[in-house]
Amino acid sequence: MERWILIILGVAILAAIFLSPFVSTKPDGLERVAEDKGFLEKGEGPQVVNSPIPDYLMPGIKNEKLATSVAGLIGVIIVGVLGFAVGAFLKKRRKIR
Amino acid sequence: MHIPDGFLNLKTWVIMDVVAGLSVAYAIKKTKASLGERQIPLMGVMAAFIFAAQMLNFPIAGGTSGHLIGGVMAAVLLGPWAATLVMSTIFIVQCLLFQDGGLTALGANIFNMGIAGTVIGYYIYRGVEIFIGKNRGLFWGVGIGSWLSVVLAATFCAIELAFSGTVPLRVALPAMAGIHALIGIGEGIITVAVISLILKARPDLLGMPLQP
Repeated sequence: MERWILIILGVAILAAIFLSPFVSTKPDGLERVAEDKGFLEKGEGPQVVNSPIPDYLMPGIKNEKLATSVAGLIGVIIVGVLGFAVGAFLKKRRKIR
Repeated sequence: MHIPDGFLNLKTWVIMDVVAGLSVAYAIKKTKASLGERQIPLMGVMAAFIFAAQMLNFPIAGGTSGHLIGGVMAAVLLGPWAATLVMSTIFIVQCLLFQDGGLTALGANIFNMGIAGTVIGYYIYRGVEIFIGKNRGLFWGVGIGSWLSVVLAATFCAIELAFSGTVPLRVALPAMAGIHALIGIGEGIITVAVISLILKARPDLLGMPLQP
């Protein structure tokens, strides 16, 4: 189990750092439909949360590609840790019962 | 397919928050009951992997891009309920940290992609697998299930948009379902490729989720 965990994690990290800055920036399916059918601006108003890394661009980094890489790396680590934590927490809860 | 704040009206997003909340609570209960020791690190890496994969937009026809959702991929490896929790974790982080998906729309996004798409797609996969038989059934099941999960998520999204009065259903549904039928092909191909790779290298990982 150990080695494969590391491999999948490694792929995720490498993809986030080296691939994400170069992917298509075209609007996704929902955005395209919103544009075509005229309701896109409804979603462009103020959002309820002010996220620290909006649109996967790390603030304070001028180079957009680098900003994307950093954002991707941070995201991968955070969700990885959280996903693991959720599993660990639920397993622990079961034992207590 | 992350819905931003503003697309859905109050009653719609409140309802979807409740639906998602109840579904996630159910997923927690089911996951707690069947979680194996080996699945815990797998939940972490699948979350990391799917998050990264969701960042990799690929172009499809007509100036549009698509990206993997990954729900069925997670479900094949973890079972539908642990997968729901993994997907929900991803959507929550995307919303709060990256402004990808509105906070009010979080319930709708979790439901469309993480629950409806993931769970129904999973059972389609299992159904096809049982119908065709173990080996070829796995690939066809994974392919069809993951494709369908995208189309289903898009369908629910269209229904929510219509219910909100943002766009009429007869406009939203064919548009959303149509584009996502294309994007779903990408989902199907990527998911089959990943599952095939895992099947070759670590077939035991595919035996992990308890049959619900």
